[in-house]
Amino acid sequence: MICENPVAFDLYRAYRLNPAATLRPEPFGALAYHFGNRRLSFLKTRQLVTVVRLLESHDSAAGALDAAGVPARERARYAAALAALADSEVIDAR
Amino acid sequence: MRADQAASPQRAVTLTEQFKGGLAAPICLTWELTYACNLQCVHCLSASGRRDPRELSTGECMRVVDELERMQVFYANIGGGEPTLRPDFWDLLDYSVAHHVGIKFSTNGVRLDRRAAQRLARTDYVDVQISIDGATANVNDAIRGAGSFAMALRAMDHLAEAGFGEFKISIVVTRHNVSQLDQFKQIADAYGARLRVTRLRPSGRAADNWDDLHPTAAQQHLLYDWLSARPDVLTGDSFFHLSALGAPLPGLNLCGAGRVVCLIDPVGDVYACPFVLHEEFRAGNVREPGGFTRLWRESELLLRLREPASAGACASCGMFDACQGGCMAAKFFTGLPLDGPDPECVLGHGERELAKVCLPDRPQAGPGHSRSSAPVFVGQIAARAAT
Repeated sequence: MICENPVAFDLYRAYRLNPAATLRPEPFGALAYHFGNRRLSFLKTRQLVTVVRLLESHDSAAGALDAAGVPARERARYAAALAALADSEVIDAR
Repeated sequence: MRADQAASPQRAVTLTEQFKGGLAAPICLTWELTYACNLQCVHCLSASGRRDPRELSTGECMRVVDELERMQVFYANIGGGEPTLRPDFWDLLDYSVAHHVGIKFSTNGVRLDRRAAQRLARTDYVDVQISIDGATANVNDAIRGAGSFAMALRAMDHLAEAGFGEFKISIVVTRHNVSQLDQFKQIADAYGARLRVTRLRPSGRAADNWDDLHPTAAQQHLLYDWLSARPDVLTGDSFFHLSALGAPLPGLNLCGAGRVVCLIDPVGDVYACPFVLHEEFRAGNVREPGGFTRLWRESELLLRLREPASAGACASCGMFDACQGGCMAAKFFTGLPLDGPDPECVLGHGERELAKVCLPDRPQAGPGHSRSSAPVFVGQIAARAAT
């Protein structure tokens, strides 16, 4: 997909689950649905779901990654997943 | 289905593999509200026409919506029959939206007058899909009935006038309209609408007309090229059997029956997918204890469909990973084994298998709800069966 104006994602900013989006637990992780833009996203690990749920109570996305126990070698991939979720408005900066 | 985004820190596992085991609730739930229809389309999947006296009441429909809300089914694809013929259609729409179950409904436009269009334009969280099967009145009306093209265009005019925004125009591809794909796109563009193009299945009344309506092998190539060049055209994930022709078309590219897809019919029967209204694929009824939720989670049929399936006769074919053996419903209603090629297999394996099937051996779809005057497109089936 070509995104002409991708939302910049900053690992050191505070985020939250977008109030217009909801998570549905699934065996692999969760489905996210945004009631406004009607896009469906897939969170493909349970740990990513934990990270998303922890965003609200941490001052930065990086803090939520730490709190969820994401190992250092996985951080880049989790940051990319969060950036994708920010781009589809499942999470937003607060 | 729009699966825009896969936030995936673990790249090794594909979404397709994860979906094969089934989801906690359907993503793509089709709910047919009534068998009543003002039209008698020759390819109607549900053989609609007459209302069934056992159809769910308003209260029963609302209980189903409550269940969908609890299961977090984000939206339901409402169809029929013609759903707007139900007197409680607008109340059910409002109830559903208020309970966080979005509505995407398909209509032939019969009740979409100015007032209805204005009402829809004011309602968030509703998608409207208008069905046509020809880009000209003569091609469309041969399938959908006299006057149906003008009726659909009138409804589109009303939506456009009311400022509804982007509605969808839905086409089932047949041998007779495949040459009009560009014209369909022009109609959609003129209305600022989104084009949706789906596959003809040999279900319902289409079982009787499939041999004469389904695209030829050459037309399938043309369709694949056309769709590949236009990723903005929606397909409801219905053409994954064409993926054996090259790069896969956008979508999940798997049979979602019972895994991510299912159907609730007007009397509350739950089927594995909208294209298999047959006792063999009926999971149960939403009126049973535990309702829809229990059926989705515990029905033997649906659980079986989520188990790894054998590739059967397709196991030795190098393209199986691309096409996944095609559509279960298309195989079933043409009398082919479910673990073999799709009747429209692009490599021609389906055609060879079809030649071995005796027409009277094809499963019968049941009496359906056709009015007695339901048209049969052409009379070739009987003639061929007799030879």
